[in-house]
Amino acid sequence: MRGATINPALENPGVRTPLIEGQNDFATITETVCGIVERPKPPRAWYAMLGVSMLLTGVLFAMIGYLFFKGVGVWGLNSPVGWAFDITNFVFWVGIGHAGTLISAILFLFRQKWRTSINRFAEGMTIFAVVCAGLFPAIHVGRVWFLWFVFPLPNQNMIWPNFRSPLLWDVFAVSTYMLVSLMFWYMGMVPDLATLRDRATGKVRQIVYGLLSLGWRGSNRQWHRYEVAYLLLAALATPLVLSVHSVVSFDFAASQVPGWHATIFPPYFVAGAIFSGFAMVITLIIPARKFFKLHEIITLRHLENMAKIILATGSMVGLAYATELFIAWYSGNPYERFVFLNRMMGPYAWAYFIMVGCNVLVPQIFWSRRARRSIGLLLGASILINVGMWFERFVIIVTSLARDYLPSSWGMFKPTAVDILTLVGSFGLFSTLFLLFIRFLPIIAMAEVKSVMPQARLAQGGHAGAGDYHGDIPQQHDAGRAESVVREGLDRAPKGGRR
Amino acid sequence: MSEAMAAPKTQAPRLYGLLAEFETVDGLVAACEQVRDAGYRRWDAFAPFPVHGLNDAMGIKHTKLPLVVLASGITGATFALLLQWWMNAHNYKLIISGKPLFGIPAAIPITFELTVLFSALAAFIGMLAFNNLPMFYHPLFRSDRFRRVTSDRFFIAIEAGDPLFDESRTTRLLEQAGAAGLERVEE
Repeated sequence: MRGATINPALENPGVRTPLIEGQNDFATITETVCGIVERPKPPRAWYAMLGVSMLLTGVLFAMIGYLFFKGVGVWGLNSPVGWAFDITNFVFWVGIGHAGTLISAILFLFRQKWRTSINRFAEGMTIFAVVCAGLFPAIHVGRVWFLWFVFPLPNQNMIWPNFRSPLLWDVFAVSTYMLVSLMFWYMGMVPDLATLRDRATGKVRQIVYGLLSLGWRGSNRQWHRYEVAYLLLAALATPLVLSVHSVVSFDFAASQVPGWHATIFPPYFVAGAIFSGFAMVITLIIPARKFFKLHEIITLRHLENMAKIILATGSMVGLAYATELFIAWYSGNPYERFVFLNRMMGPYAWAYFIMVGCNVLVPQIFWSRRARRSIGLLLGASILINVGMWFERFVIIVTSLARDYLPSSWGMFKPTAVDILTLVGSFGLFSTLFLLFIRFLPIIAMAEVKSVMPQARLAQGGHAGAGDYHGDIPQQHDAGRAESVVREGLDRAPKGGRR
Repeated sequence: MSEAMAAPKTQAPRLYGLLAEFETVDGLVAACEQVRDAGYRRWDAFAPFPVHGLNDAMGIKHTKLPLVVLASGITGATFALLLQWWMNAHNYKLIISGKPLFGIPAAIPITFELTVLFSALAAFIGMLAFNNLPMFYHPLFRSDRFRRVTSDRFFIAIEAGDPLFDESRTTRLLEQAGAAGLERVEE
């Protein structure tokens, strides 16, 4: 079942690789996906990972508590480096989230049917990444008890927030992103929660999944409105996701700091966000696919497609790095030139070369089909890309601040233990949420997967062999049948619907 | 008085409708065409995933949801522009580095975000409202076979409240349409 099957009996002889492999039908998909949630005990590795993750989450909150108690001085911040790990982590985590929305919304609009196997997973990742992201701006403000000033609420000074500031735009962009992603994720999950409800044996499950699934009964009148709402949400989330990282980049681009004040920032940040997000999807999906034996639903083709997107976006990021260097030279601005020379040859050169190595060189291995289909290489490369993308934000933020205009006000940033433990702790929070998600919620969008299976297709003409046709029902693969389906379809076609 | 209160308990349960089961997508779509052409109004088809071509086969009119979303999006944009103008240029004139108190370019990001937020909320809440969700009880949930609707089976339910409903005739229609199983569902 490798590659395309050529069948000259069909109008279009090149039939694509099936999206779902093996002898699967609707019932086996339900069984496989619900089986993960319904098994009485998760694998022992799940407990081990949850234990570690919760410990790290504890560390995160301990560090935040310490920060609140002592003040931001516990971080390595100084003048001139007033932003370092906090904002690096924020941009990193927001970026991770973007792949989820790309998969769920943009690929949906482009009718990329392979997304159905991975979208739930990626959307979950988005939500948890945005939770981690939202934490950092909130805790970095210093006097956290005034955090509510960012919202346009009446306060005792009778002053409203400054709406001309990119930092306030960021508040609106990230909160909107969080809410819209949450609605999109939950709405997509309602039919699958109903499946869990209908299969539930215990009282507790029946009540909990019953409440969560809102009484969904798969009526076609409901499906009709549901599909329209889903399409609208996808169409809204698409420009939204592009706007979120653009607005994040305005935090930098709208300032006058050399190395930040660049018009390339919005597209550069968006490409980087999608790049890092896809890497994170691969990092998470490979172990999940193995633990829960999802090889037939999340096939090598899915992983290969993601590797292609990583290659494309990684190359865009590489192009952005080169453009930045070119513009720094071409602008003739001595400060701008200095910043980039300093990034490459100054005290943070090691971070710059981690960034270039991981983000530009590593993804180039995906030009090779064998690398795109190798689990080990995919996992290794995706982890390196995550490291590289964290360093990208670190390089942008810290090198620009550490040495800007006046050499007399230069300063180096050194992270403290609190900085590092907070970063590590945020990974703990992310993986805790993720582990709970894969244990209690359907991690594959069952309803959507079923709709791209050959069994879901009418045997009418125009379906067999057409563009979105992804293989036949297993075991009935002979040319004779395919031909008769086409002929039958042609006979039936004029009888169609009411159009 | 007490007799009147006891009465509903002793009454035979009312018929909600007939539930017909189908095993394939093709069977469901063909049956829906027949039920539609027979002229029924209060009926529905059920499937574990959205079936393409079923809206035509059932003769469902397109939902008004997009209009609601559009209206909500326009509200969001207007609200955002007024909010920013009123707060920074009218109620408390906030002078920041000589910038105009209110200008469209600087107001765009927040206007965009609130447009998306309002539209998305309308799409989500509107979908639920039009679908009468949440609805935690429904007569169909009494049927054991109906539990498979969220996994691998397809159904048609014709309500007893339909003016054309006649138990024997409707049963015959569904049988002829190829139902693999038929069930009376009570309220």
